[in-house]
Amino acid sequence: MASLLDKIWDAHIVERIEGTPDLLYVDRHLVHEVTSPQAFEALRLAGRKVRRPDLTFAVIDHSIPTDDRSRPLQDEVAEAQLAALEKNQAEFGLTIFFGDTDPRQGVIHVTMPEQGIVLPGYTVVCGDSHTASHGALGALAFGIGTSEVEHVLATQTIYQAKPRQMAVEVRGVLPPSVAAKDLILHIINVVGVAGGNGHAIEYWGDGVTALSVESRLTLSNMTIECGAKIGLIAPDDITFKYLKGRPLAPDKANWTTFETYWRALFTDPGHKFDRQVSIDASEVLPRATWGTNPAQSVPLSGRVPGPGDFSDPAEQIAVEKALRYQNLQPGIRLADIPIDYVFIGSCTNGRIEDLREAASILKGRRLAKGVTALVVPGSGLVKAQAEREGLAAIFTAAGCQFREAGCSMCLGMNPDFVPSGFRCASTSNRNFEDRQGRGSRTHLLSPAAAAATAVCGRLTDPREFM
Amino acid sequence: MIKKITTFTSLAAILDRANVDTDLIIPQKFLKSISRKGFGRYVFNNLRLRPDGSLDPTSSLNAPRYQGAGILVSRENFGCGSSREHASWALLDYGFRAVVAPSFGDIFKNNSFKNSLLLVELPGVTILELIQLINETPGLELTINLLDQRISGPKGFATTFDFDPYRKKMLLNGWDDISLTLKKEVLINAYERSHRYP
Repeated sequence: MASLLDKIWDAHIVERIEGTPDLLYVDRHLVHEVTSPQAFEALRLAGRKVRRPDLTFAVIDHSIPTDDRSRPLQDEVAEAQLAALEKNQAEFGLTIFFGDTDPRQGVIHVTMPEQGIVLPGYTVVCGDSHTASHGALGALAFGIGTSEVEHVLATQTIYQAKPRQMAVEVRGVLPPSVAAKDLILHIINVVGVAGGNGHAIEYWGDGVTALSVESRLTLSNMTIECGAKIGLIAPDDITFKYLKGRPLAPDKANWTTFETYWRALFTDPGHKFDRQVSIDASEVLPRATWGTNPAQSVPLSGRVPGPGDFSDPAEQIAVEKALRYQNLQPGIRLADIPIDYVFIGSCTNGRIEDLREAASILKGRRLAKGVTALVVPGSGLVKAQAEREGLAAIFTAAGCQFREAGCSMCLGMNPDFVPSGFRCASTSNRNFEDRQGRGSRTHLLSPAAAAATAVCGRLTDPREFM
Repeated sequence: MIKKITTFTSLAAILDRANVDTDLIIPQKFLKSISRKGFGRYVFNNLRLRPDGSLDPTSSLNAPRYQGAGILVSRENFGCGSSREHASWALLDYGFRAVVAPSFGDIFKNNSFKNSLLLVELPGVTILELIQLINETPGLELTINLLDQRISGPKGFATTFDFDPYRKKMLLNGWDDISLTLKKEVLINAYERSHRYP
């Protein structure tokens, strides 16, 4: 009785020696400009090659501006980073590279599934913690550091100790007004910010299988925010339909062979997980974070908690610290928190369905006075589709800035950041201190909630517009 | 690269907060360098330095008693969040050789191992005891002995810690794992030929 993780893991063991981590084969190595230059440089110094340039897929996403992209970039250090990846791609012969002028360029975790590069049953690694996203397709995917990137480039393998396994079951189907983002914020709140450390999490139950692939990507994406670096969802008909016809997915001649294999990728009934968590979908409400870690969230209809609401003394200190940083008083309603910035985008919520949700609320409405809103598509293709569907026109008519694809204000490595002391409602994944810019204050929420917030100028439950 | 570690003694500093994320260890604006070196001056930038770049004298990490510290004692879930290895590089470049905490983020743990930044896990109560001891004893030095898996200091402070045997062996020998894996090329070739995946 094997789990989904066991099946993929065991199929990728190159070498297993008792008492050491397994040596696993890597099917897909995704590479971006921030965490790869030092790895390529080390290869160069050691006179090593990239073992499988055909299995190494590169894209520029973190440092690239989303407005003026003319080269050389104004930011010389960012320019050097882009130039380094371009040089490395050419020198080491990487087959697939989505550079700054390629229409497929975008956030790595948006653009790779979009191209059919990630498939069920694959092992996928990337120097980026949100690699957990790809588990949504039934791939075993996790974030790694630059030294591990170097190891994978040189050997196409990675040493990994097998994680403990947790199952998160979502019983019942989410109400239509509740998004995958609300579900994952709810789950992280239940599991705790470090509750997933040392674990892989498989999501299952009606509440998961009813989700579209894009929503599943949102769900699996934030797995790392409770400490688990792997999220997994068994592939099904919804997955196969999503993959069919994607540029690099199996073609007609090979499709049946692949699909037969994919259909065997599920956790056998009766498999015993190390830990099980059960979530009642009917209890999941539109949420937002109030604090400085992604576990610190409450329903948008609720109030900001205070230290007194927690029993653990360490937790009380953490809450006090978070409230001080966020400049919030315990007990105030979330709906009374005014917002300066709204960011819609990122690897969590930068896909077409996310933009549709946001546009459905912004249609025919205007941003509240004083609100600056950025809509940053997850890829050039998402941008083009949003333009074709008329979503871009809705955003600009509402007063939002509709930008080029990239990581943007999720982490503010490029010129898009939140100034000190300002408050941002963001569809991204981290509300850490200084994450969106030094002194910035972040509230994580869904695209619909972000749009509703943009219209009202304060945190807003999107159900007010539904 | 993995460098040999056996025993070392160093001044200990405290960062008394839980869930220290890698964004805090090294903020985004310093991630654009394409080198592995030079991140030390930016470690905990937003805690240590004012927005104009000058040292903040009120920051505990800037306290004279902690200057030259090679061991950092902190709380639960140290190094959570982003996979940026720049966090391990920055801590090492600043002069830290070990972090002692109740638990660590999974990816940070791997990154630190690969750079020989030693992570020592001690129970929360022992950490509290240690924090108190350091507060009471200016200039307190700790000795970490990886071979015996033992950490000790003045006033009879001594305890053992768990450590993964594989990693211990790699660190005690300072082995470069890429060279070792490249020696397994035959196995990798064989796997590629027989990969059952369609």
